[in-house]
Amino acid sequence: MYELDWSSIPGALPFLWAGMKVTLKITATAMLAGIAWGTLLAVMRFSSNRLLSWFAAGYVNLFRSIPLIMVLLWFFLIVPAFLEGLFNTPRSSDTRLTSALVAFALFQAAYYAEIIRAGIQSVPSGQASASLALGMTYGQAMRLVILPQAFRNMTPLLLTQTVILFQDTCLVHVSALADFFGVAYKVGDRDGRLVELLLFAGAVYFAVSYLASFLVKRYQGRLAT
Amino acid sequence: MISIRDVSKHFGSFQALKGCSTEVKKGEVIVVCGPSGSGKSTLIKCVNGLEKFERGEIVVNGTSVGDPRTDLPKLRAHVGMVFQHFELFPHMSITENLTIAQVKVLGRGKEEAIARGLTLLDRVGLRSQAEKFPGQLSGGQQQRVAIARALAMDPICMLFDEPTSALDPEMINEVLDVMVALAREGMTMMCVTHEMGFARKVAHRVVFMDQGQIVEDARTDDFFGSPRSERAQQFLSKILQH
Repeated sequence: MYELDWSSIPGALPFLWAGMKVTLKITATAMLAGIAWGTLLAVMRFSSNRLLSWFAAGYVNLFRSIPLIMVLLWFFLIVPAFLEGLFNTPRSSDTRLTSALVAFALFQAAYYAEIIRAGIQSVPSGQASASLALGMTYGQAMRLVILPQAFRNMTPLLLTQTVILFQDTCLVHVSALADFFGVAYKVGDRDGRLVELLLFAGAVYFAVSYLASFLVKRYQGRLAT
Repeated sequence: MISIRDVSKHFGSFQALKGCSTEVKKGEVIVVCGPSGSGKSTLIKCVNGLEKFERGEIVVNGTSVGDPRTDLPKLRAHVGMVFQHFELFPHMSITENLTIAQVKVLGRGKEEAIARGLTLLDRVGLRSQAEKFPGQLSGGQQQRVAIARALAMDPICMLFDEPTSALDPEMINEVLDVMVALAREGMTMMCVTHEMGFARKVAHRVVFMDQGQIVEDARTDDFFGSPRSERAQQFLSKILQH
């Protein structure tokens, strides 16, 4: 019978916290950039310009049809070379975090775009008519009237998607980036206590995600009243 | 002010409007009525370009609505419209509802816009509701706010698209009172409505539509006294029965 030994965790807490900060940084960046880009994509899909709506639909379908881990790997391979060409950064500099941020943001944007598109569709069409009848341009109607309502309807779904994103960040493991999961893995490997560290990491992911989902549900309940 | 000439429109293979022509002169009030599906709402939405039409011409205050070079937002800014379902912006307070287009479309200063908005709110008897949100008001109150919102843009004419159809019976009159007052002040109005009492009281002319066509376009007295078409006679006898 394997005996659990948790003794290596207290000493590793500072490293684990540093890893959690990387995880949260990726989550927050991908959420903000993803929602911004996702909003643009969603609006583009409604555009009367065929090229724009075709591009947005293609983008969303492409990213939603490829496993995240492959997108990450490609970006770890491509982005460093790209940055090198653009800014002349030396090959040796660590661009893994940048690659991860870009990959997650672009990938998540596809998912956020679908949520926001449904959000826009959930706003009654009369709202757009009323905005236009007051002399607003299409862009003003979107920005001032449609999107604020769409976001209010969609906030719970956007947050739920962000909880999924938070969990998915551990896939940066493929680049050996020291996120929370990466640090836990390394410490466990070093001390021969992999099982304990991974159980601990799992418990932390569970606690954070569960708490976040709980808060989203409460917020949703308040929204409904 | 509004001139509609031979306007036709299709939704797919369904012809919603068939060669409609009529005119609203400055200061005139016309009521457009007819059975549901007759094209009344479609016609009024063509006037400010919310619906496109394929044939014919609509000219509002000298500007051709169907012309692709026309700056539609600029035209619409001065053509007020009131909708069946009010369409106030639910995420904004009543004051914001009244000021947003004044500020963003007309470029008025915030204070000027608020002053104008409150004056109009006073006029529709809802000054005390300024800080509330649309969801906190009754249907009749919301529709009065919607009328004030349109008036805040200093429109040259007003379009009403079944403004009382979604209201509880007891709230219809408060909205009609505002409309009657507006008509008596000489506002140019085109109203799609089934309120025949309103039509009798203030309309100069009644336009009767059926199956996408204007069947009758007559002075109000003539329309109610001696409708020429059989279809209008039937319609009137049905809705005036009770």
